[in-house]
Amino acid sequence: MTPNNAIQTSNLTRHFQTIRAVDHLSFEVPSGIVFGFLGPNGSGKTTTIRLLLGLLEPSRGRSEVLGYDTSTQSDQIRQKCGAILEHHGLYERLSAEDNLEFYGRVWHISASDRQSRIKELLTHLDLWDRRKEITGTWSRGMKQKLAFARTLLHRPSLVFLDEPTAGLDPVAAAALREDLAGMAGREGLTVFLTTHNLAEAEKLCQHVAVIRQGKLLAIGSPETLRTQGSKPRLEIRGRSFSQALLTELRARTETASLIQSDHQLTIELKEVTDVYPLVNLVVQSGAQVEEVIKSKASLEDVFLTLMEEDK
Amino acid sequence: MIEDMNTIVRKELRELLFQRGRFRGGWVGILFFVTVFGIVMPLQNGPDWVKSPIGLVYWAWVPFLLVSGVVADSFAGERERHTLETLLASCLSDRAILLGKMSASILYGWGLTMISVVLGLITTNLVFGKGQLLLYPVKIGFGIVVLSFLVATLSSALGILVSLRAATVRQAQQTFSIAFFVLFIPLFLVPMLPETWKIQMMIFLAGLNYEALAILVVMVLVVLNIVLISLAISKFKRARLIFV
Repeated sequence: MTPNNAIQTSNLTRHFQTIRAVDHLSFEVPSGIVFGFLGPNGSGKTTTIRLLLGLLEPSRGRSEVLGYDTSTQSDQIRQKCGAILEHHGLYERLSAEDNLEFYGRVWHISASDRQSRIKELLTHLDLWDRRKEITGTWSRGMKQKLAFARTLLHRPSLVFLDEPTAGLDPVAAAALREDLAGMAGREGLTVFLTTHNLAEAEKLCQHVAVIRQGKLLAIGSPETLRTQGSKPRLEIRGRSFSQALLTELRARTETASLIQSDHQLTIELKEVTDVYPLVNLVVQSGAQVEEVIKSKASLEDVFLTLMEEDK
Repeated sequence: MIEDMNTIVRKELRELLFQRGRFRGGWVGILFFVTVFGIVMPLQNGPDWVKSPIGLVYWAWVPFLLVSGVVADSFAGERERHTLETLLASCLSDRAILLGKMSASILYGWGLTMISVVLGLITTNLVFGKGQLLLYPVKIGFGIVVLSFLVATLSSALGILVSLRAATVRQAQQTFSIAFFVLFIPLFLVPMLPETWKIQMMIFLAGLNYEALAILVVMVLVVLNIVLISLAISKFKRARLIFV
């Protein structure tokens, strides 16, 4: 493992009876980045986190987290990592402060440091005034924030976040995303984030990997995946697109395909190129143009394409 | 490891005693229990409450009842409330988690038993003392402390063993009841023994002195506790605890 990688896996595989939940996964996560691990439900994201935390033994292959072998040095890994797993894992009969106090003791943080760290995190997440409240009465968004504070309490080098915004309303999800991005940057963390919210991954992650049925389909920066995974497009909204215009556009060397629907033309381009000649052509044909959008494929487009190809 | 066990014990007792909303944090149940065994029963039994060797039987059952009421929750409860995996993903060692939870239930059951014993002594002296200090005979007093501790440990070890593999608290409680029933099956089989065997047993028991019997019981409990705790330690596997 190179020292700059927080995580490295090699042919990591895990079976559950006949089901192969993780299938020969090999990837690397550089230190200090937010790494998105994307996949549909049941694709093996949570199992991968469990394997990386040493909570499960791999059936085959190996992996290293922060330089430690997950099969033989899982205690050291858990010492240096934090995690929000499938559930927030808070003790709902206890107050927010008691929850953090307990985990502060678990991580052997000294009493004075514990107090100041709890105050720092809760203040930053706007929960300090509510620290004495029983967490069972809180909203899901507040619980996720508190779970995030618990995860950061012992200043880990790496945190695993398993769909942290799942089930949150858009406002709470956006707030948590903002906190996550801000604090990850401030604390110099490596974040391993699983999600099926692609817009979230696009906003937060410097690198992403896409898996399906335990297999790695693609890995790279969102920008790279967008470039590799789908062609650039030109969308022209308006009316009076003549048949002659459509024929002429289809014949152009830049055009890969053309779709007309209601009041829109979608031209898929063969490569990233200047589009003004095409726009000029449309305008000169007498079409009434209302809007022109030159768009690249979103991460969602790439994701859907990968899922479709894998089928 | 002791520090980590202490952390778990504090959390467990805090959850048990200071949870708000449920009958003011479980204190009502505790007060009821202590009132019954520390005040009501001593008043009904009079000075015999501290003098009679039957007290040993009472105080052996009390911690069993107390521990069995909370121990099923130890792992099954955390599993049900989705807090177990986060705890397992922490840096705590397997033994610290297991023995911490065991210690918490023992401390709860045995601690409340000792409080009830002392309160019973105070009640008996206040009502029946008539100026004299009524105390447990040394051997009975010592027997109460040791037996109640061993029974609390037995109940805790058995409960933890069951709770480790139970999906829900209810399932843990049901399995725990069956497991304890199995432990007592030999007693239920006694009436089925041949008459000659029963007579020989009665002669053997009549000839036993109570001290020897108490020592025998203590030894059996110690062995059972060692076996059950060892079994619980060997059954504690993080991967298996996640998937039940």
